[in-house]
Amino acid sequence: MSISIQHLTKSFGSYRALDDVSLDVPEGSLTALLGPSGSGKTTLLRILAGLEFADPGGARILFDGVDVAQIPAGDRGIGFVFQHYALFRHMSVAENIGFGLSVLPASQRPPRKEIRERALDLLKRVKLDGLQDRRPSELSGGQRQRVALARALAVQPKVLLLDEPFGALDAQVRKDLRRWLRQFHDEIGLTTLFVTHDQEEALELADQVVVMRHARIEQSGAPQEIYDQPRTSFVYEFLGEVNKLPGDRYIRPHEIELKFAADEGVDLTGRVHRLFVAGPIARMGILPDSPAFQEIEVWAPREQVREMALTDGDLVGLRFPTFPRLPLKS
Amino acid sequence: MSLRPVTSESLPVRIVLIACAVGFLGLFLLVPLGLVFVEALRRGGSVFLAALTDRHALSAIRLTLFAAAIAVPLNTLFGIAAAWLITKFRFKGRTWLLALIDLPFAVSPVIAGLVWALIFGAQGWLGPWLAEHDIRIIFAVPGIVLATLFVTFPFVARELIPVMEMQGTDEEEAALTLGAGGWQIFRRVTLPNIRWGLLYGVLLCNARAMGEFGAVSVVSGHIRGKTNTLPLHIEVLYNEYQFSAAFAAATLLALLALLTLGLKSLLELRLGSHSSIRH
Repeated sequence: MSISIQHLTKSFGSYRALDDVSLDVPEGSLTALLGPSGSGKTTLLRILAGLEFADPGGARILFDGVDVAQIPAGDRGIGFVFQHYALFRHMSVAENIGFGLSVLPASQRPPRKEIRERALDLLKRVKLDGLQDRRPSELSGGQRQRVALARALAVQPKVLLLDEPFGALDAQVRKDLRRWLRQFHDEIGLTTLFVTHDQEEALELADQVVVMRHARIEQSGAPQEIYDQPRTSFVYEFLGEVNKLPGDRYIRPHEIELKFAADEGVDLTGRVHRLFVAGPIARMGILPDSPAFQEIEVWAPREQVREMALTDGDLVGLRFPTFPRLPLKS
Repeated sequence: MSLRPVTSESLPVRIVLIACAVGFLGLFLLVPLGLVFVEALRRGGSVFLAALTDRHALSAIRLTLFAAAIAVPLNTLFGIAAAWLITKFRFKGRTWLLALIDLPFAVSPVIAGLVWALIFGAQGWLGPWLAEHDIRIIFAVPGIVLATLFVTFPFVARELIPVMEMQGTDEEEAALTLGAGGWQIFRRVTLPNIRWGLLYGVLLCNARAMGEFGAVSVVSGHIRGKTNTLPLHIEVLYNEYQFSAAFAAATLLALLALLTLGLKSLLELRLGSHSSIRH
């Protein structure tokens, strides 16, 4: 299902959570709503789900061209996965997954046995077979996450909405589950939106990244487009480490070329400040000799750092091969 | 010098502290409770039984049960509704409503009784109209039920609000997105989550409904066999120097208290082992 959001505004009292937001989500895409806390991304997701309502006015939310503003949450054809999973704690895993089917009107409700079978089926698809009789409290975070996903999928939604799906998990589980979700999405092809404040997660997982800030959409586009052509300084700074040079110019640490101070074509010289080589690349801070510059973060191949035999306090030269871009607007 | 955890006291200090606590409890709680039973049985089992099967005693027991049978279910409904409203919705006047629920705790029960007397009594606002239509509320059973209702109003709501507050609205919202209707959400998601807290609240509400003295005393009129509840009956007997009979009746209330406490501990055990940890 494709989604079209037009001129959406939402206030909580005097606080404006969304300010004239418009966005198109193509059918079958995986879209990330990315932003710091308070940027309005979760509110947007909840309005799509029908858990919150936009301020009256010109706002329109179209699912496949149909305005859903008056349609209650349960009839919108959405599956929602909550940040803390919101599993029914007094029900077994199978009962949780079957809940959406068991509350259907009697005329559409499948028999009890079939509901359980469908639940077991879904459990298999999220790779948790055998856990059907456990309680949510007996599962790990990653398992709960997948039960919540299976529960949302049981009602055969046309859109999947996930609120900070990996927020409460530890780093390793997070990575695994992220990959798994991408694969899962590619298999079932369900239009999916997820909220995150983790830029790495958004860039790695999504087809379309929507960067939000202060109740507005700052920029949206494909991950690479957003990363390579940030339109504002905020997007530049939010999407990963960046150096701000005098005159509001930006350059990412890996775009800077590290040289000896006496080499040709050096734009700036400075001293290595805190060299950090434990990892795939060497990271260091450079304290520039020119007082116009602040400390500059530089990432270089470890190999190069070893060949140059760099240690803290060494004098080095920096070259900006792609000369620092100006943001289009600030 | 040997090291010991900063939180543990030396042995003599511990003994003194424990002795103080146990002594205080014994002196002010256990001894009086024991005395009730001793006094009740002082003149033998037959006197004890006679006091309990006395016509007026039975009528008092019936009235107490009757008032509780009305007040407890009604306040259970009110309590659930109020707790639901306060914890699942954000609206203007929410804190005001919260304070209002506590009013019966804050106000002296005597005042609660007087309020009803002021409204429905012979000299009260509605007194003349009620007299005209031959409806008796004060010095009659309806007054007693009203007073009991008022005094026991906060118990269920007060017990449920923290439980529901802690559980938040996530599960209800999840049920909503899965297509459940309001009643389905309440019956299948909310109610199972609050059932132990609810039972606990009902228990406390019942104990108070049966034991209430002050408010009921004001509106009852103390008509023997008609408007005396068990606590009032005990007072009448006591004032008439029928100590054994008074204490015999008092054992019933004491037993009710013990039963409530026992069930309460049992529930707390369950609540403790069942309160699932989130995340």
